[in-house]
Amino acid sequence: MHEYPITEQIIKIASEKAKENNARSITRITLVVGEQSGFIGESIQMYFDIISKDTLCEGAVLEMENIKAKWYCPDCNIHYARQPFSFACPDCGNDGMPTNIGKEFYVKDIEIETE
Amino acid sequence: MAEKEIQVVQNIFDENDRIAFATQEKLGKMGVFVVNIMGAPGAGKTSSIINLIQQLSENKVYVIEGDIESDIDTVKLKELGIEAIQINTNGACHLDAPTIQSSLDGLSFDKPGLLFIENIGNLVCPAEFQIGEHIKMLICSAAEGSDKPYKYPLAFEKADVILLTKCDLKTYVDFNDEFFLKGVRALNKTAPVFEVNAKTGQGFEDVAGWLLQRKG
Ligand SMILES: [Zn+2]
Repeated sequence: MHEYPITEQIIKIASEKAKENNARSITRITLVVGEQSGFIGESIQMYFDIISKDTLCEGAVLEMENIKAKWYCPDCNIHYARQPFSFACPDCGNDGMPTNIGKEFYVKDIEIETE
Repeated sequence: MAEKEIQVVQNIFDENDRIAFATQEKLGKMGVFVVNIMGAPGAGKTSSIINLIQQLSENKVYVIEGDIESDIDTVKLKELGIEAIQINTNGACHLDAPTIQSSLDGLSFDKPGLLFIENIGNLVCPAEFQIGEHIKMLICSAAEGSDKPYKYPLAFEKADVILLTKCDLKTYVDFNDEFFLKGVRALNKTAPVFEVNAKTGQGFEDVAGWLLQRKG
C-alpha cells in the first residue's frame, strides 16, 4: 500500500523530465533505494506496471540501485554495517552514530527515446 | 530515433516535503504548534494525548486522529470537549503531507495553541514522511520491551521527544532500562525521554512543560 503514492511520484518525476527533453517514450528509470528508506523494490515494480499504462513510462525498465545502511564511528573514523541488536563499532566496541547512507530514495536518471 | 540518458537526481519525497513545509509555516504563523505523534498500536498514543491536554488546560488544543478505518478515538476525544477530526486512510500505513493539508479545513483554528496529529499505529513509515509538524513525539510503551530502538531505529533517530508509557509495567515485563537508553542514545543524542503513566497521569506535567517551552 505504502509504495502506491510513491510510485505515482516516480512516474510524475520521470515523465516531467522526459517531456522537457522532447521524449517519445522512457525506456529506463534508475532509482536509488537505501536499505533504510523503507521502500521495497518489488512492490514499486508491481505498482509501476499498473500505474504507468498510457504514460510516457509505459514499458520502461525500472532499475534499482540498492544501498546498504552504514553507521559511523567518530573514534575510529570508519563506516560500518551494524549487527542486529547492536550499534557497536566493530573496531572499538563503542556505539557509533547513524548516517544518511542507506536513507537515499531518489530518481537518479532516465533513458529516453526521441524522434 | 535516438536514445539518450538524462540525469535527474530528484528526491521522491520532494513534493511531500514541500507541502509539509507549507503546512508547518501556515500553522506556525497562526501560533499553532504542531506535534506529530508516532508509536505502535496500543502504545498509548490517544491516552497520552488526553493526559497532555489535561495538563495544557490553559491552551487551545486541536487533534487530528489518523486511523486506518475506525473513529473510536475521535469519539472519545469529542466527548471530552476536545476539537478533533478523524482521517481514515483506508488501509494506508501512515499519514502524508497532502492528506494533512486537505484535512486542515475541518478545524477552526480560532485561537493559537497546539495541534496533535496522531499518526497511524506503526513504527516504520510514519517516521519517513513529514506531515507539517514542528516536532515528532515518539510514544513507546514499556510493555513493548526494551529492544525497540534496535528494531525500529529510524523512529528513534527522528524523534524530538520520547515518552516511555506504561512504566508501572516495567517489573512485570523485565524491561531493561539500561539496554533501552543505550539504544536511544546511540540513535539520538538530544531527545529527552519522559517516563509516564497514563492511568495515574504521572509524568505528563513535565512533558507539557517541555512542550510549552519548545513551542515558545
Ligand atoms: Zn570505533
